[in-house]
Amino acid sequence: MSETAADLGLFRVLRDDGTADPERDPKIADDILLRAYREMRRLRAIDARMIVLQRQGRVGFYGACTGQEAVPIATGLAVAKQDWVFPALREQSVMLVRGFPLVAFIAQVFGNSGDVLKGRQMPSHHSGRDVHQVSWSSNIGPQIPQAVGAAMAMKRDKDIARGERPVAPPVSVAFMGDGATSQPDFHSAMTFAARDKAPCVLICQNNHWSISVPTSRQTASETIAVKARAYGIPGVRVDGNDLLACCKVLSDALARARKGEGPTFIEALTYRIGAHSTSDDPTRYRSNDEVEAWKKKDPLDRLRKHLAVRKLVSDASDTDLDAELTKEIGDAVRGVEAMPACDRASLFDDVYAALPANLRAQRDQLLALPIVPTHG
Amino acid sequence: MSPTAPEGKRTLRFREALREAMIEEMERDETVFLMGEEVGHYQGAYKVSEGMLEKFGDKRVIDTPISEGGFAGIGIGAAMVGLRPIIEFMTWNFSAVAFDQILNNAAKVRQMSGGQFKCPIVFRGPNASARQVGSQHSHAMEHFYATVPGLKVVAPAFPVDAKGLMKAAIRDDNPVCVMESETLYNIKGEVPENVDAMPLGVANVVKQGKDVTLVAYSRMTHIAIEAAAQLEKQGISAEIVDLRSLRPLDEGAIVKSVIKTHRCVVVHEGWPYGGVGAEIADRVQRLAFDHLDAPILRVSQLDVPMPYNAKLEQLVMPQASRVVKAVERVMARGRSQALERSS
Repeated sequence: MSETAADLGLFRVLRDDGTADPERDPKIADDILLRAYREMRRLRAIDARMIVLQRQGRVGFYGACTGQEAVPIATGLAVAKQDWVFPALREQSVMLVRGFPLVAFIAQVFGNSGDVLKGRQMPSHHSGRDVHQVSWSSNIGPQIPQAVGAAMAMKRDKDIARGERPVAPPVSVAFMGDGATSQPDFHSAMTFAARDKAPCVLICQNNHWSISVPTSRQTASETIAVKARAYGIPGVRVDGNDLLACCKVLSDALARARKGEGPTFIEALTYRIGAHSTSDDPTRYRSNDEVEAWKKKDPLDRLRKHLAVRKLVSDASDTDLDAELTKEIGDAVRGVEAMPACDRASLFDDVYAALPANLRAQRDQLLALPIVPTHG
Repeated sequence: MSPTAPEGKRTLRFREALREAMIEEMERDETVFLMGEEVGHYQGAYKVSEGMLEKFGDKRVIDTPISEGGFAGIGIGAAMVGLRPIIEFMTWNFSAVAFDQILNNAAKVRQMSGGQFKCPIVFRGPNASARQVGSQHSHAMEHFYATVPGLKVVAPAFPVDAKGLMKAAIRDDNPVCVMESETLYNIKGEVPENVDAMPLGVANVVKQGKDVTLVAYSRMTHIAIEAAAQLEKQGISAEIVDLRSLRPLDEGAIVKSVIKTHRCVVVHEGWPYGGVGAEIADRVQRLAFDHLDAPILRVSQLDVPMPYNAKLEQLVMPQASRVVKAVERVMARGRSQALERSS
């Protein structure tokens, strides 16, 4: 593995004074960094807005990413168009970075006729084939072997089929939380990925809490990254609130997979500043001091400090950006809320490739009933 | 157990028919591959995949670690990005540790994604009892899978159907569970050259009769045939509907037969609570109530985990003698009602 934490020490680039460690600086171009900053700031604003909408009863559920934005945004910037992303709960924003429209993204949270998923999935379970992102599974973990399977499929294509090897072979990226590493799916995914040298990157967002269970009660292992060694996979620990460090380890891992050298496991240390979801009250199980300490390591603040050192942002540019984002998100929410509900006849579509006779009969029965107005 | 093929006709064993289907489909479509425990170098735990590793190489006949949940998930991921995996469970019993992947992912990804992703995958392997393998190796798992919208489930009884349904399962754009049987792998039957994919969801009346309808599938179709021969000696003419496919279910074929015979006995492995037999009983009473002369009966496994001891096991499993008894009950019921009506 590269210099990125070969000893399982924490890989950091951004220093407390906002400068980049010159030994480790990936030297990301200004426009890319500004793009990352905009995406992180937009994501934070989207999350805040969705939580408000949930509190107002306008949407049913939401799982915010606040405090953990660096990893998904870095991922969205680091992956290539042909790569596949298998997210966990807090990586839906990778889709936005890859060009998924904000209106469609918010329509998924409302689950109305603007939703690509046709109102079938809980909020925060986005997927978008156009941007190569598959929905996560609420049961925690199943997406990890699926990502490895997709990677094995891509490798097989490259190995035996269809003529020329693509210039940049696709890679798949799987996400999980710290809790998911206790699941059998983690174990089997790591086993297969290593054995078959699958071109994939497995990323654990260790945000220190699985709802109310701290990582210390999840595993006795000193780190999660060290687990990778037993499977024969390089394990990396990165400061997950350091966008520059995240970009570096991700692009190294993606390049390694693309070269056919196999999977990399990344443990990104971060912190869930907000609740697990809108159904959770974290003040019942963790101290305010802990939250405040992590707020001082906020990934957005740290990137901003770095950008200020580089003279790329100012209070005035922030004000302009916030006004722009508020309008962008506000317009999108208004547009989505005006959309009609899903057509009830669509309920029977996509259960199978073709509508079977029993579902046709059920659809006919349903359509014969009067429409009763309900919420949503 | 199976009807003997006429002279000069090509016969295959059940396992050979399955293998031939997989080989033909893998030759036809390079996105099809086989993955599972012992499918390659060992030639399959039950030799279904014999010779396939040599024929297709280890990129398409893939031996896996002991990790059913893992390789079910691997297959689903591969299917979502364009391949057509055939996942062999050494037995369907072991699919229990992969149930989450099948139930929550394979069956639902098309619907959950608004039709963006499909999951064309076959899960296959031997199902139900296999002679003295105890409670954890004798489950009739089709009942669990047939209840799930998004899945298709087939359970052939004869080599020719095994081939045609396997080919259809591989070509289907939905996840399909193919329920085989360890105790059927060796049976022979006529399998003409060039058997094509059969439509899923079409039952087959394997014996015409007029007094009672026996509904069965997989190995139980052979039990029904055995029972029908005994009933014939008592002057009772049983019609046998071999379902072949459990989901989609050919309710039309079942109802048509019951309208003709006025009596129905369902024979299946697995426990009596819920399941395929209960589903059929519901459809028959709903769709042919006025034609019934007797309650619908089910001959299933007894409601206990399968014992190991051979004598005890035989008592738990559905036998032809129990089918005969059930038919005698519905016939007696039917006759007394007929007498009441005529008096």
